[in-house]
Amino acid sequence: MAQDVLLQVKDLRTSFRVEGEYYAAVDGVNLDIYKNEVFALVGESGCGKSAMALSITRLHNMNYTRCEGEVLYEGKNLLTMTLPEINKIRGGSIGMIFQDPLTAMNPLMRVGAQIEETLTYHTNMNRSEKKSRTLELLDQVGMVNPALTYDQFPHELSGGMRQRAMIAMAIAAKPEIIIADEPTTALDVTIQAQILDLLDELRGSTGGSMLLITHDLGVVADIADRVAVMYAGQIVEIATVFELFANPLHPYTRSLLNSMPSALTEEARLHTIQGIVPSLQNLPRSGCRFAERIPWHHASLHEEDPQYHEVSPGHFVLCSCYKTFTLKAGA
Amino acid sequence: MALLEVKDLKVHFPIHGGILGRVVGYVKAVDGVSFSIEPGQTIGLVGESGSGKSTIGKSILGLTHITAGTIRFDGKDITKSVRKNRSPYRKSVQMIFQDVYSSLNPRKRVLDIIAEPLRNFENLSKTEERKRVDELLSIVGMTPDNASKYPFEFSGGQRQRIGVARAIALKPRLIVCDEPVSALDLSVQAQVLNHLKDIQQELKMAYLFISHDLGVVKHMCEHLAIMHHARFVEYGTRKDIYENAAHIYTKRLIAAIPDIDPNKRKDNARNRAEINALYEKELPDYYRDGYGVYDLRPISDTHQVAML
Ligand SMILES: Nc1ncnc2c1ncn2[C@@H]1O[C@H](COP(=O)(O)OP(=O)(O)OP(=O)(O)O)[C@@H](O)[C@H]1O
Ligand SMILES: Nc1ncnc2c1ncn2[C@@H]1O[C@H](COP(=O)(O)OP(=O)(O)OP(=O)(O)O)[C@@H](O)[C@H]1O
Ligand code: SF4
Ligand SMILES: [Mg+2]
Ligand SMILES: [Mg+2]
Repeated sequence: MAQDVLLQVKDLRTSFRVEGEYYAAVDGVNLDIYKNEVFALVGESGCGKSAMALSITRLHNMNYTRCEGEVLYEGKNLLTMTLPEINKIRGGSIGMIFQDPLTAMNPLMRVGAQIEETLTYHTNMNRSEKKSRTLELLDQVGMVNPALTYDQFPHELSGGMRQRAMIAMAIAAKPEIIIADEPTTALDVTIQAQILDLLDELRGSTGGSMLLITHDLGVVADIADRVAVMYAGQIVEIATVFELFANPLHPYTRSLLNSMPSALTEEARLHTIQGIVPSLQNLPRSGCRFAERIPWHHASLHEEDPQYHEVSPGHFVLCSCYKTFTLKAGA
Repeated sequence: MALLEVKDLKVHFPIHGGILGRVVGYVKAVDGVSFSIEPGQTIGLVGESGSGKSTIGKSILGLTHITAGTIRFDGKDITKSVRKNRSPYRKSVQMIFQDVYSSLNPRKRVLDIIAEPLRNFENLSKTEERKRVDELLSIVGMTPDNASKYPFEFSGGQRQRIGVARAIALKPRLIVCDEPVSALDLSVQAQVLNHLKDIQQELKMAYLFISHDLGVVKHMCEHLAIMHHARFVEYGTRKDIYENAAHIYTKRLIAAIPDIDPNKRKDNARNRAEINALYEKELPDYYRDGYGVYDLRPISDTHQVAML
């Protein structure tokens, strides 16, 4: 099952400076994103998903961030490219949808003008082409009144409208890869479906791929081809979406799927994974990072230095405990 | 007596046009909305992106102008005063903001952000204050060593949790929760929701709970309002809405809830397409000129629908 790789992340380590010391938020991640696939990345809040996305497009503030490893796109390492080179790719062949729309938008510039700016930089359209393309984009992302939104400032839009304006900006130049960090958190389910269809259509038309970061497992089930599960800076499991939902193996993945909305009924209490995630400076850096959250799992069963095991073609899990691990009732 | 009573609320924003920036029209963000919340009650507010949910929330907090209508809190009309003098009211009513990051002062440490309401309204010693902040952090699943950091040092979900901690710090009587858990994974989300339910029982807190997640809303809210085009299209109990939806927009919304089973993709897509077609067909029965929402009328003791 050889597939063409479009983007390759190799041993990526992204560290932030906290009180003078650097701590890795992404701690040795390896991923291949194939051509024409939706690759979903899920994981607990704070596990390093956005840190990874921002490393790929090199949007971290390098005054307090360090990125090591390689991110290969068309054979070139994005991490060592010159600034003009990366600027050409960013917003051009790689589109980025940020978790926080306001950081991506200029508060003093009208929405239409911001989208047109991307078109100016990455296409050869003339003025009227740019305007009609922008109006078309605003319509495609479900704005009720594209002409009005065109002239509005970001603060005059609702949360979900801002998110959609940013999506319009990210896809304006028809990128080959879309990195979408929680792209639909502010959208109602009908517009969410419309946006996911739009992103999927775009991917189909360019033969491109999408790295989709989301905590919404419904969205993952709906459009992902493969899924990586991240915990405390590491990928703990990778599989196709069908395999992962049918046969989750890592204890974190299983706890996560166990928290799913069958639980979200009218039951008095919702399921949580016990324990609290330590902050970046205090993350366990050796052995299994998840071990302390499943205290009933006997110490002798833990792998000292968990390694990846390929349990079936393309299904990788960190550690061999899947052979013995059981979820505790109510855990 | 209702804790909060909103009557015929309208919020219209002017649209400026031309070189002179004259007012050429209005965005009718909220256009005639009424509801009330009892102490200890949770009302869910769901609806289309851009339909006016956050604007309702902000108007209750006095964070936007009010074009028409009245807001009463504890029986007192606060419509005029809420923007001017928010202080005693401000202790009783808090908001968890949808735009988390812009609601957190970037130059303040988390300790100061969460302690700010405490400093304004409660006289705590430094150690008491620190203890309270640590407690609040742990409620939202964060360790005390985070208190000395700045907002930019956090992930999206961590920032959202800081906003939750700040809003519950004073144990207010009403919290407008605007997408309070939208950036959280299921486990942390459950932790925050469980806590919101606990303190509600303990303190009789009331919530106006805005969310796009229909699973979360179902779990949290005994009553729901469905919003579309700046108005309520349906209002009822959890059961009325989830088992007996009457408005075509509500039906469409419920049909679009994604199923958590990758094997059902095709079925889901087909369901969505069917309901969208039905929506287009039945639109004229539910909207005046294809857009305007009719007045609500009762179809049972608890259930109201906007139809002719
Ligand atoms: N600029 C920064 N300085 C210091 N620490 C940071 C910075 N940005 C993120 N972190 C920390 O790095 C870790 C990973 O953050 P990241 O934003 O990647 O999480 P995430 O997986 O995207 O979470 P979420 O789902 O909540 O958005 C977190 O512990 C966060 O506190
Ligand atoms: N300050 C403002 N100036 C002009 N228009 C505004 C302003 N604030 C909101 N609006 C408009 O009011 C309408 C309702 O916005 P609101 O934020 O209340 O929607 P919402 O229901 O919260 O949507 P979402 O689910 O996307 O957050 C939108 O059309 C928006 O563009
Ligand atoms: S057995 Fe392995 S994966 Fe499981 S918790 Fe222990 S070290 Fe982690
Ligand atoms: Mg993030
Ligand atoms: Mg809103």
